[in-house]
Amino acid sequence: MSADSLLHTPLYNLHVDAGGKMVPFAGYAMPLNYADGIMAEHRHVRTHAGLFDVSHMGQVRLRARSGDGAAAAHALERLVPADIVSLKSGRQRYTQFTNEKGGILDDLMVARMGESLLLVINAACKAADIAHLQDELADCLVEVLEDRALLALQGPEAEAALARLAPSVRDMTFMEVREVDVGGALGIISRSGYTGEDGFEISVPALDASRVARKLLEQPEVKLIGLGARDSLRLEAGMCLYGSDIDETTTPVEAALEWSIQKSRRRGGVREGGFPGADVILAQLEEGVSRRRVGLLPEGRAPVRGGAPLYADGEFTTPLGKVTSGAFGPTAESPVAMAYVATDYAAPNTPVVAELRGRAVPAIVHVLPFVPARFKR
Amino acid sequence: MTLYFTKEHEWLRVEGDSAVVGITKHAAEELGELVFVETRDAGTVVQAGDSIAVVESVKAASDIYAPVDGEVLESNAQLADDPARVSSDPEGEGWIVKFRLAKPEQLDALMDADAYAAFIA
Repeated sequence: MSADSLLHTPLYNLHVDAGGKMVPFAGYAMPLNYADGIMAEHRHVRTHAGLFDVSHMGQVRLRARSGDGAAAAHALERLVPADIVSLKSGRQRYTQFTNEKGGILDDLMVARMGESLLLVINAACKAADIAHLQDELADCLVEVLEDRALLALQGPEAEAALARLAPSVRDMTFMEVREVDVGGALGIISRSGYTGEDGFEISVPALDASRVARKLLEQPEVKLIGLGARDSLRLEAGMCLYGSDIDETTTPVEAALEWSIQKSRRRGGVREGGFPGADVILAQLEEGVSRRRVGLLPEGRAPVRGGAPLYADGEFTTPLGKVTSGAFGPTAESPVAMAYVATDYAAPNTPVVAELRGRAVPAIVHVLPFVPARFKR
Repeated sequence: MTLYFTKEHEWLRVEGDSAVVGITKHAAEELGELVFVETRDAGTVVQAGDSIAVVESVKAASDIYAPVDGEVLESNAQLADDPARVSSDPEGEGWIVKFRLAKPEQLDALMDADAYAAFIA
C-alpha cells in the first residue's frame, strides 16, 4: 500500500510533529517509534508513563434492538466463549470471536455500559468483525464509533498523570470502565492495557483527541510511545498479538487463554457452549490439547523471532513447534519469545532448542509473563 | 581515498590489503539501538553480497553484507557485551569486522563520502 493511501488517526499530525517514524500498520500510518527509540520508550513505560495512540483499533457499540442490555449480552455470547451476561455495568472482560473449528477470528475487550456493550477490536480485523456481528446478530444494532479516538496511558505513573485531568480515575480498579470528563472531553476510560503495567485506555471524541493527548503530554511523567515498544511491552507481559500468537488455526485452549472462558460457558455451566466451535473448545478444556502456547527464554543475547522452528534436540530431529513472536525484552534484559510446543514440552523449565540461522539455540519454557504484571486489582 | 560506502549503508576503511567494515550513522539511526550483533567467524571466505554479520534491534534482524570479495579476519569483540556501541558510535568504536580484500579493484565500484551523502539525501 502506498503511503498516500494509508489512513490517518486523529493524532497523525501530532505524531509527525513529535518526530514519529511513521510506518504502515493495518492500513494506517502509525508511529513505530519517536526520537528516543524503542528501548528507551519501553523503559519509560515501565518506570514512568507512556502515551500510545491506538485509534486504529475498532470501537463498536452493540445494543439489542429491544434496547435491553441483558439481551445484547445474551446475543454476544453467541459469538464468544466468555460470560458476558454476568458482566456488570462498568466492568470489562477479555474474550475472542471463535469460528466453527474453535479457531480465533479476533480477540477483543468487551465492556458493559448500562444497556450497551462496548467492544474494542483489532485494526486488521475491523471490517471482518463488524460484518460478523451484523451477519450473526440480527437482533442487535452494531454502531461503529468512527468518530472516537483511543489513547492508552500506561505505566506506574499513569494514574498520577491522568488524575490531574480526571481526578476520579484514582479509585478505578483493574478492568473497570467509566464515563469520565477528561480535560473537557467526554471520555470513556477503562483501567486496562496491553503492557502489563497499571494504566488506562481512554476513548475520546476524535475532535478532542489531539487536545487531550497534548494535555497528557504536558504532564512530566508522560512521553509518546510507538508501536515498536507496544510490541515488546506486550510480549514481556505475555499477551497475545492477533495474527502472530493467535489466529483462525489456534483455539483459546491451545493459546492458553482458558482463563478467559468462565465456568458458566463450560460443560455443566448454566449457559454451556452456544458459541462457534464450542464442541471443540469445551472438549479441549476437559481432555486437553496436543500443543500449547508457552513463553520461551532463549539462552544468550540473540533474539529468536517469530517463525523460528523448535526442536527437542540440537540435531533438529524431533520438531516440537515454532516461535510465534520474539524480540529482545528491554526490561527482561534478554531475548523473550512465545511459541507453540507439543504439550509434553509445555511445562515451565523444559529445555528445548530453537533453530536460528542454522544454529541450535538452547531455550527453556518460561512461565508467562516474563515481567510481573502490576495491575491495580 | 581510503573510506568507501555502499548502497547497503556500510562503510569500509581500507588499511593496506584489508579493510574495517561497519554500518553508517544513517543506518544506525534507522535501525535504532542494537541489542545483538553476530559476525561470521574469522577465516570465513565470502563473496560480495554474502552475509558477514547480523545486527538486531528490538524489532528486527538485519544482515550486513560483504561489500567485496574477501575473508573475515577479525570481529569487534566488544560488541558481544555492548552491541549498543554500534548505535552510539557506528563509524568508530562500533566497527563490526576486519576483512581481507581479495580483489581491491572492486572498491572502485563503491561510493565516496560525498556520493554516499547524495545517495541518502
